[in-house]
Formats: sequence, C-alpha cells, structure tokens
Amino acid sequence: MTVAPVISATTTVTQEAPQPGWWRRMPTKAKAGVVLFGVFVLTAIIGPLVTPYDPSYQNPNPNASMNAPSAAHLLGTTQSGQDVLSQLLVGIRLTLELGLIVGVVATALAVIVGVTSAFLGGFWDELLSLLTNVFLVIPALPLLIVLLGYFPNRGETPTIIVLALLGWPWGARVMRAQTLAIRNRDFVAASRETGEGTWRIIVFEIVPNEVSLIAASFVNTVLYAIGASVALAFIGVADLNSWSLGTMLYWAQSQQALQLGAWWWFVPPGLAVALMGTALVLLNTGIDELGNPRLRDASSASRIAGRWLKPADPTPVLSEISQRRNGLAGFLHSFSRSSLLDEAEAGERR
Amino acid sequence: MPFIVRRLIFYVVAAWVALTINFIIPRLVPGNAVESIMSKFTDLQPSAYRAIEAMLGVGNAGSIWHQYWSYLVDVAHFNLGTSSSEFPAQVSTLLGEALPWTIILVGSATVIAFTVGTVLGIAAGWRHGGGLDRVLPGLMFLQAIPYFFFALILLEVFAVKLHLFPIGQGYGQGLIPGWHWAFIGSAIDHSLLPALTIVLTSIAGWMLQMRNVMITTVGEDYVVAAQAKGLSNRRVIFTYAARNAILPQLQGFGLAIGFVVSGALIMEIVFSYPGIGLLLINAVSSDDYALTQGIFLVITFAVLLANLIVDLIIVFVDPRARSLEATR
Repeated sequence: MTVAPVISATTTVTQEAPQPGWWRRMPTKAKAGVVLFGVFVLTAIIGPLVTPYDPSYQNPNPNASMNAPSAAHLLGTTQSGQDVLSQLLVGIRLTLELGLIVGVVATALAVIVGVTSAFLGGFWDELLSLLTNVFLVIPALPLLIVLLGYFPNRGETPTIIVLALLGWPWGARVMRAQTLAIRNRDFVAASRETGEGTWRIIVFEIVPNEVSLIAASFVNTVLYAIGASVALAFIGVADLNSWSLGTMLYWAQSQQALQLGAWWWFVPPGLAVALMGTALVLLNTGIDELGNPRLRDASSASRIAGRWLKPADPTPVLSEISQRRNGLAGFLHSFSRSSLLDEAEAGERR
Repeated sequence: MPFIVRRLIFYVVAAWVALTINFIIPRLVPGNAVESIMSKFTDLQPSAYRAIEAMLGVGNAGSIWHQYWSYLVDVAHFNLGTSSSEFPAQVSTLLGEALPWTIILVGSATVIAFTVGTVLGIAAGWRHGGGLDRVLPGLMFLQAIPYFFFALILLEVFAVKLHLFPIGQGYGQGLIPGWHWAFIGSAIDHSLLPALTIVLTSIAGWMLQMRNVMITTVGEDYVVAAQAKGLSNRRVIFTYAARNAILPQLQGFGLAIGFVVSGALIMEIVFSYPGIGLLLINAVSSDDYALTQGIFLVITFAVLLANLIVDLIIVFVDPRARSLEATR
C-alpha cells in the first residue's frame, strides 16, 4: 500500500492509493443483508416461472397427501396433495411484492408528511405531528383487522391500501426531526438567499440530503408490511385463494399440519418470512453503522485512505476523510449532522 | 404546561381519534356495512336488513351527530353492543372474560422481557466487542421471526415432541375456573410456553436498542470524566451511563407496546389461549363486527394506559420531565 497523501483540507485530494470499492467498504452485516435480500428478490422474479407444479393443483390420489420431502416433491405435499415448494416459490413473490409496494407508498407518504410538517411550522406542524403521534400510539394490527374486515373480498389491493395508510407515521416522525435539523443549515440559507423557491429548496436541497434516512425508513416499512400481511393472512384476513407466505401458514395451521407432524408444510414459509425479515434487519443495521461508526463491531476495522482503522482508533485527519466522499459509505455518512465530513466540507467552502 | 398534563391531553386526543375511527369505518365502507354483510350471507332475506342495521347501530333515526353522541354515551357506559357470533352475549361481558388472561400473560412477559433485555443491553453496550456482541446476529434472526411462527416451533418441540408443556389452552380440561390451587397451578403451567414465546421474541429488540444507546452514551465526555475520577465501574455504569441511556429505551417502550400486544394477540391463536387474541380471531372469522370493534377499542385503551404508566415512570426517572419547561 502506498502512503496516504497528506494534503491540507483546502486543496483537492490526489488519489494515489486505489480506493477500495463501495462493496468492500460496506459493513459485514450490510453485505449479508444485501446478499440475503438479493436471493429473495431473485426467487421472487424467477421462482413462479420454474414451479414444478401448479401450486393450487389438488392431487386426488390419497397417496399424494402429506408426503414428506422426496425427489418428486422437494418440500413434500400438503393435506390435499399440493406441492409445498411450488406454493413457496409463488408465495415469496406475492409477499415480497406486497411488502415493496407498501414500502414505496408508505415511505412516500412519510416523506411528504414529515417534510411538509417541518417546513410549514406553526399550526400545521403541530397538527401533523399530533396526527403522526396518535397513529403511532394506536396499535396497528387490531385497526388493520377492523378496517379490512369491512372489505367484501379481503384481496391484495385493499390490504396494500390499508397497510400503506397505517405505515407512514414512524417514518414521518424521523423525517420531520431531520428536516428541522437541516432546515437551518447554511446551505439552505444560501439557496434561499439566491432566490430559490420553497418547493425547489425542499425537492433539490432538503430531500437529497435525507436519502439515507429515507432508505432506512423504507427498509423498516417493508419489514412492517411483510410482518403485518403475513400475520393478517395467518388469521384469515386475506384472499385465501391466493398463495402468499401468510396464506400458506394459514392453511397449514387450519389443516392441523402441526398436530400431524408435517413440519415440511409450516417450516418453509415461516423460515422464509424470518429470513426475509433478518435480511431487512441486517440491511438496516448496516445503514445505521454507516451513519454511526461507533455501533460497528469493535473488532472490525475499516480501511480508510489505505489504512486499516478500528472504530476506537483516533480519527484520521480531515484530508484523508474527504477521500471517502465517493461511494456509498461517504454518501450515507454525510447525512449525520455531526459527521466530520460536514466540517471538511465547510472547510473547503471557506 | 407540566409534561404529564400535556401527555394526558395527548392520550385523550388519541382515544378520541380511535373512538371516531371506530364510529366512521362502518359508515365509510363502499356501499355500507349492512350491505357488505348481506352480500356475504346470500341466504339472508331482505327483511334482515333492519335487524343488521340495529345490530351495528347504524340505522338509528336522527342526524349523524346524534348517532355520534349516542355512540359516545354507549361506550362511556361500556355498552359495546351485542355479539352476533355468541348471541345473545354482550360484547362487554365477553371482553371481561378474556381480558384478564391477556393482561396477566402479556403484561408480565413484556415486563420480564424489557427488564432482562435492558440489563443485557447495558452489559453488551459497556463491554462493546465482548462475548455478548457475538450473539447479536442470532438475536436479529430471533427478532425477525414472526411471533406466531416462533410459537408454532416452540409448541412443536416442547409440547408435542418433548411433552414438557401442555399443548395449548389456558388451563387443564375439566377444571372449573376459580381461586383454588388446582386451577391456578394449571393456568400457570399453561401460560409458561406462551410467556416464553413473548419473552424470547421481544427481548432482542430491547437488548439491541439499549446496547446501541449505551455505546453512544459510554463515549460521552461525562462518562469518561466519571471514570477518570476513579469511580467504581458499577457506579459509572448505573448512575452515569445507564441512567441516561435508559430514557430513549423508556420512550421506545411506550411505542413498542402496541407491536408487542399485536404480536401477542396472534400468538394466542397458536396456543388457543383464551385471551383477547382468540376472541378477535373468532370475531373476525364469523364477521362479528360489534365484537371486533369492541376488541379494537379495548386494546387501544389498554395500550394508551400502558403508555401513560410509562410516562409516569419517565417523570420519575428524568428530572427534565419534572420541570415546567419539559422537553418533548
């Protein structure tokens, strides 16, 4: 390794040491999360195309009922002779699809409410904050059940709408706090001085600076949506003719898979939900650690400007830090308000 | 305005919003709730329309405001209507029977999980990078498992296979509920596995949050200063670091209790535990709207009450909340 260049913070940094790629700089937990989640996304895309059987096909042959995993049925069969693997492959798509759609809609709502609330201030801020907090404190699941109970067919669309309508408050609260913090910073004041309109400031100055928070809130919302939709389907508040991980568990429970010892019927969908959730939790922890290096595993060293540094090591000088600006780590790191990068940036501007 | 008064007003508003949602939903649904019931049961005669209206309380004469007022008066008198699935039982009677089971089980399990999780979090945060950190990925996995699935696995392993615990139900068959030892012992025996489910699945969340706040707090100057003064580790941990780190944890507790309760409701279904969750699933599957709404209200009020208690504890722990210029 070449020695990191020592250059004052005001000049541009020459890049002698080859920069480690953004992938190498990601915390291990985040990497594990990305890989695990990628596997699920691939399964959701390819899975339904390669199902060995029609998931709904009920084999009339009594010998095909409740078969343990075998070469013909890799994950066994259900009470009515349906192939569990086919159901799982189709179910992963539906569950993931629902989670992602809800995640997008609810996160968009959260950004709109949170940023608007912080920017308008005064009465409207108080009102929106009150609304946010009220919906945070009302337990979501019973409300979801009450709301969905009134839809004649508890299909996918009503579920998505209701989940999205109840999924925004947490994100909105975080977005509001962050917007309040950013709103008074110099670069926002500068763009106001140059005559930018409020909406331009919000869309081009504020929101791009909150990308890491939006990402974290998106991941959380997807986690919530998957958990809630599976729980709802498990208790039968869903379209029971479609195959999702939740409806699989519903049928397994209602047809006594547990009592009959058919572990291959209820373990795969449950494990899939758990692993999907783990992937999302890992992703989120990774995002957290990018923003707050103290949380990192104390034994893990990260390579900064060609040197391996542990979180407890003294902070390298600013010029070295500013090299990290390219790539995901620096990108996300720059959003925590007290990060060194801000100071480096402020130094450069002066 | 004192902190606790502001919080009280907030909970009153939250309760009012929940009540109003409960009132509006049946009146907002496309078509209306009555028609939606009629369409579900195609063999109903058209003459049943009025009867269903009466059951839902939507057909009252008078303006919407009048209906709203009489609804609020009814709720204030615990008059939540008549259950259709357990006709002619009153919703409030059914709730009264199921509520103690859930409150005792979920309440004690949550307090245990919170206490143990927080203590473990303090230890993990203090000895950052120590042995406890190594179990973190496992804990994350535990945290991501849906409650009910974990319950299924525990039931399979410990009750069905190993016969260590009874399989589901709230108490042994043939026992008459009452204050005698045979029943209480049986009830405790039956509640161990459900309680274990709640503790194991929720402990990870408390521990992770406490650990993260603790790590940040341990790095603060005042903690370093306390150590530099030569205070004992015990004193630094509990009266300097943990004392401050626990405030976000307590605030999180208030918000998380809704999730815990929701998860516990579903968990009850797996164990056929005779609490609110089992009542809820029966109400949903038999389209018993009055009972479903009554359960929603009771759960919401219980969660609000739990939040209020947490706020009182915060006032006790955090001197800033006691002063007039309280922080948010």
